[in-house]
Amino acid sequence: MGNTVLLIEDEPNIIEAISFILARDGWQVKTHSNGHDAIRAVREHDPDLIILDVMLPGKSGYEILEQIRADPDYGEISVLMLTARGQVKDREMAERAGVSRYMTKPFSNADVLHAVRALAGP
Amino acid sequence: MTGSSIAGSRIRDRRQLAGIRQTDLAREVGISASYLNLIEHNRRRIGGKLLLRIAGVLDVDPSVISEGAEATLVAGLREAAGDQESRGVELDSVEEFAGRFPGWAQLLTDTHRRNVELERSVESLTDRLAHDPHLAESLHEVLSVVTAIRSTASILADTRSLEAEWQARFHRNINEDSQRLAEGAESLVRYLDAAPGTEADIKSPQDEVDAFLDAHGYHFPSLEAPDDKDEDRVDQLLAKDRLLKSAPALKIAHDILNRYQADAGRVPLKPLISAIAVSGVDPAELAMHFGVDLPCMLRRLAMLPSEAAGPTGLLVCDASGTLIMHKPFDDFAVSRMAGACPAWPLFRALAQPQIPFCLRIRQAGRAVEPVTAVAVAEPVAAARYNSAPILRSYMLLMPDRQGHDRAQEPEEVGTSCRICPRGDCAARREPSITQDGF
Repeated sequence: MGNTVLLIEDEPNIIEAISFILARDGWQVKTHSNGHDAIRAVREHDPDLIILDVMLPGKSGYEILEQIRADPDYGEISVLMLTARGQVKDREMAERAGVSRYMTKPFSNADVLHAVRALAGP
Repeated sequence: MTGSSIAGSRIRDRRQLAGIRQTDLAREVGISASYLNLIEHNRRRIGGKLLLRIAGVLDVDPSVISEGAEATLVAGLREAAGDQESRGVELDSVEEFAGRFPGWAQLLTDTHRRNVELERSVESLTDRLAHDPHLAESLHEVLSVVTAIRSTASILADTRSLEAEWQARFHRNINEDSQRLAEGAESLVRYLDAAPGTEADIKSPQDEVDAFLDAHGYHFPSLEAPDDKDEDRVDQLLAKDRLLKSAPALKIAHDILNRYQADAGRVPLKPLISAIAVSGVDPAELAMHFGVDLPCMLRRLAMLPSEAAGPTGLLVCDASGTLIMHKPFDDFAVSRMAGACPAWPLFRALAQPQIPFCLRIRQAGRAVEPVTAVAVAEPVAAARYNSAPILRSYMLLMPDRQGHDRAQEPEEVGTSCRICPRGDCAARREPSITQDGF
């Protein structure tokens, strides 16, 4: 597996912080910050793993996840979802949409690193 | 209406309860059995010493016979007993309780109403928290900023030998975010402080409008002025009001008052009062006399001062059966919370729009006078193929009328299933908690 992560998130300072820690951990980080054309960004950057925020301008993370899962080239990719809502209902929705892992804000840097490493596999 | 005219029924009930024969009671109080029979069937009024003597023989407080229990009080008690699902409430003596301890009964009824209101407040507050978009948005904002700060702060704290350039950048980010966090938290607090606020947010708009109309006695002299239609007068009236707080309530009241003003223009007050003085309160007759549709006349009669048209009640519903206006009437109990009875003419009229009904009805249960109900439904929008039925049904309630109407036996209708004693009812939705009739 390669080491490119695509971070789809609209909060600039979260983008900066996560990019920084992932880059320090040896990842190639690409970012994208709106929902409309998220799927195009996936094709363009050809990532190995995606970190996806649920509340994005233009399109919800669930819809983007469904598009990703329906895509012939990226249907199997690992997706880590970030959300500010920890409700059971949201978690279920994410699971139905086919999320690989789910994280609730506010998370720690160590949580993110741990999740990304676990998704990347041994 | 619930006054002495049915004292006879109560004497009969009491006598039977005590197991005294009519002839024996008549002899004891010194009247003929046939006269007592007339009294017991409410054909002769009773008062004064005779009432005291009868009460004495029956061993009850005279007020139990003379005043009886207010029908609405009894209905309120039944409702309270129903909602509590309480076993062991002596439902068969509800009227006796209301009659003997009217103060306590009223207190219990009021407490129950308050309880229902509070439950509704809690529901709407819970609902508000769960579905409030503004609250969700604010919390999301706060959590996002907290996440950014936490992440950035831990980079600053944990990264050894962080380049000066990055350090400066993260410091700046934290500073920005902490400012946003402060603003977000502040707006959240401001919102929560203001949110539940007054009761206006919690009461339904319909409740507010009912309170408003009630406070004015359902009559608005300033809208009766005969000159041309003046929108401002409705606005002036609403501007002075303090009962209507929410925007939806204001809108509903505005619509009602505009219609009131239009109705008053078509059926002016003075000629209407004169016509009533001549021919009495016959809605269909009066509608024809003034050349207006029946719903207009029903609304008009419901909004007259009671000196002019006697006491009146009004129920208005849409095609879904949802009550959209309710002017209470003494002998006809209505509970918005518990639901209505499909036997009411109000709902029959929905099935045959524009065909008026005039019926003597009596709500099941004892000590309730019959009432005269005039109902009609009208379309309020032009008909289209396959469109939803846009109807409005009106039912005017009046005291039981004298004269030829008496020929029709009053038809028994219910209040709401849970507290309705009618046993053989095909329209029943749920079992009744009252035992009489089964």
